Amino acid sequence: MPTQINVNGAMHSVDVDDDTPLLWVLRDVVGLTGTKFGCGVALCGACTVHIDGVPRRSCITTVGSIGNASIRTIETLDANPIGKALQKAWLDLEVVQCGYCQSGQLMSAAALLAGNPKPSDADIDTVMSGNICRCGTYGRIRSAIKQAANQLGSSQESA
Amino acid sequence: MRDQESNSVSRRAFLASAAAVGGGLLIGFRVPVAGASQDTSALAPNAFVRVDRDGRIKVTLPYVEMGQGAYTAQAQLLAEELEVDIEQLTLEHAPPNEALYSHPVFGDQITGGSAGLRGAWEPLRIAGATTRVLLINAAARRWRVNPKTCIAERGEVVHARSGRRLKYSELVDAAARLPAPENVPLKSPADFKLVGKSVKRVDTPDKVNGRAKFGIDAAPAGVKFAAVAACPVFGGKLGSLDDSAAKAVRGVRQIVRLEDTVAVVADHTWAARKGLAALKIKWNEGASARIDTKQLMAELDAGLDQEGVVAVAKGDVSAAEAGAASSYEAVFRLPMLAHLAMEPINCTAHVRKDGCEIWVGCQRLALARRMAAEALGMPAEKITIHNHLLGGGFGRRLEADYVAQAVRIARHVDGPVKVIWSREEDVQHDYFRYHNHSRVRVALDAQQAPVSFSHKLVGPAVMARWLPVFFKDGVDFDIISVAAGAYSWPNVRVEYVRRDPPTGLNFGNWRGVGASRNAFIVESVIDDLARRAGSDPLAYRRKLLAGSPRLLAVLDKAVELANWESPLPPGRGRGVAVLDDFGSYVAQVAEVTVGRNGRVRVDRVVCVVDCGLAVNPDIVKAQMEGGIIYGVSAALYGKITVANGRIQQGNFDDCPVVRMQDAPRIDVHVIPSGEAPGGVGEPGTAVVFPAVTNAIFAATGKRVFELPIDATQLRIS
Repeated sequence: MPTQINVNGAMHSVDVDDDTPLLWVLRDVVGLTGTKFGCGVALCGACTVHIDGVPRRSCITTVGSIGNASIRTIETLDANPIGKALQKAWLDLEVVQCGYCQSGQLMSAAALLAGNPKPSDADIDTVMSGNICRCGTYGRIRSAIKQAANQLGSSQESA
Repeated sequence: MRDQESNSVSRRAFLASAAAVGGGLLIGFRVPVAGASQDTSALAPNAFVRVDRDGRIKVTLPYVEMGQGAYTAQAQLLAEELEVDIEQLTLEHAPPNEALYSHPVFGDQITGGSAGLRGAWEPLRIAGATTRVLLINAAARRWRVNPKTCIAERGEVVHARSGRRLKYSELVDAAARLPAPENVPLKSPADFKLVGKSVKRVDTPDKVNGRAKFGIDAAPAGVKFAAVAACPVFGGKLGSLDDSAAKAVRGVRQIVRLEDTVAVVADHTWAARKGLAALKIKWNEGASARIDTKQLMAELDAGLDQEGVVAVAKGDVSAAEAGAASSYEAVFRLPMLAHLAMEPINCTAHVRKDGCEIWVGCQRLALARRMAAEALGMPAEKITIHNHLLGGGFGRRLEADYVAQAVRIARHVDGPVKVIWSREEDVQHDYFRYHNHSRVRVALDAQQAPVSFSHKLVGPAVMARWLPVFFKDGVDFDIISVAAGAYSWPNVRVEYVRRDPPTGLNFGNWRGVGASRNAFIVESVIDDLARRAGSDPLAYRRKLLAGSPRLLAVLDKAVELANWESPLPPGRGRGVAVLDDFGSYVAQVAEVTVGRNGRVRVDRVVCVVDCGLAVNPDIVKAQMEGGIIYGVSAALYGKITVANGRIQQGNFDDCPVVRMQDAPRIDVHVIPSGEAPGGVGEPGTAVVFPAVTNAIFAATGKRVFELPIDATQLRIS
């Protein structure tokens, strides 16, 4: 029987075995290719999505384990202010090189800021060290997270 | 014909220079720009630019985008001369076409060797300028004025005196009928509006919202998904196969057997992977089944005692050695390395009776097409390749083995099939940077000044297969590149002993190519000589670099920015290294902390680069930053080993790479310059190996002769 999943606010019926990792369901069945395959065993973070707001490695998260939870992918990162601020900072500071890992980086960063609006360097390092970037954009990622945090902080103060 | 002549002349000049000084890519000639379209509905005077009647300007980009900023830089060059804003351009990946999109020096369609920008520098500016001149001439004719009284700006031709203006779109038909001008004037750097500016990258907005399409994201209608296993023993073949359990996996459609590979084709990747895991495969392991790293290294060590081919000879090394007061000798051993691009190897193909369509991200598109044609026994013209963004290249995608594999699978499949390698497959069937071992001997006079430098290099000849014009008289021009550094040795000998890996163990290019091998060796030797002479490694280098003002300038700037003289606490050290290659000059100062357990942390790297005119300074910085992280990963962890003919590593657990918490702070300074542009993708990687190991020496007094850095050797017992 097909499984129903809620991706980016829309319901999808997917006819796959329960042990299928969400990564492949998103990419090959639903057709959302922004979430990336990097290692398949939760070592690199390229496949990071949010499940009920919690960052999860979709390559080891089976579709059968999700139930009614709401899945957010990079394709709707801009639906909330944190995502928007991060995307802007990423472009302002020209973080991106090849870009393949950046969906995962941004999803991890968004989850970080949601739980910790003013992260220290150490906070950022701890969370973001789960995401590998072979182009070596780490320094700019750290700066961009801080810039986004600052922007979000000051817009809250002014509101 | 002129085209071919200028290419061959320049290639000869390049080869001569490569042989003489061991590297450096020289481009200083005019490349006539071919590929005018017969289509009269648009202005398309060459293969790079097309102005449509609706005002759209389509630019075809010959150099692929793998994160290095190639698309942005190419767009800058063309837009600069065409006098349009970058936003007015529609950018497209070039299709495979050797005649139109070959690199002027490599002679094939290649994005690599830190040479893309240098390859594009003249052709794309000429392409833009030719189009601009045609549009100006068309406007001048319409207005019956002298073209010299007209200028182009922001997509319009303007007659300054009368203030009349015409949009490019209004001039397309008239301009398309005019003969293409020859020897068009290129803008003077003083007039550059885009070149030399850190304009925003064109490829990144879609990379922060999931919209960017990499090869792995290709989704032609009806696509199926394949998981593959190639024989884990290199050179081995498929023996017997029991696929009954695999066929029973839900979603599995078919099993494809190739000579050395099995593919499971399914409705989605997970079904394909489950099917693959359910296969019972027996491999015929073949002749390599007992090979291990120890044996491979022993073969390279044996090469050190063998006579090689003399690749560089200056003066009389033997006489200098005979008359020397003392001598220095050291042996260096470099490991096998994998590339580990974030996007695992993949290729999508649809083979029909009458042709083949391929979706991929590849650094050598024309080679990809030739290999697909050969695999299918089909003329190359029948093969269409859609290139995509590359999720990292680093040299791995300079090969096209995965394209040949994909079409071999796809010919058995009805409809398109996307082949995605697992990370383990990606690591174990890489085209590795193969081992090389070196012995360096330096003869010294009574004052510890070098009188000769002799470097015997044992390693693979990548160019013999990969780009045969760079392999001549038994010498691989890549592996000997910068093998004597930029130092003014009175007598020099570079000797090369070729040692390719056993058949089936694939080897290729890795970021930094020859320089990533030799910068470590030469810069370690110099450092060692300085310590031996009781001299500061900086002062010692400066004396031997008197003939290299640009290198001296970056060196001086780097030590200034790094505060070279300031003391560091115990356990920390600072090391310096320089490189003159790829047409660029780079100096780095690394600061490391070595723990009592020997663990090395790279705290900071200061990098100064003189790459001539920096077309986009921020991209230059980003390339240096990225190159440094890539090199630090390899220096600390990079090591691929073989046991029983198999690669022993497979994923980021046993191939660790630098993560954010280990990443050094990096400060890059770009020297302003009006010289011809140099390459920036690779030198940052090459220089950081010795900058780090020299810093380790400063911290511990221990010299690293073998990579990767072995913490157990640095432990304080």
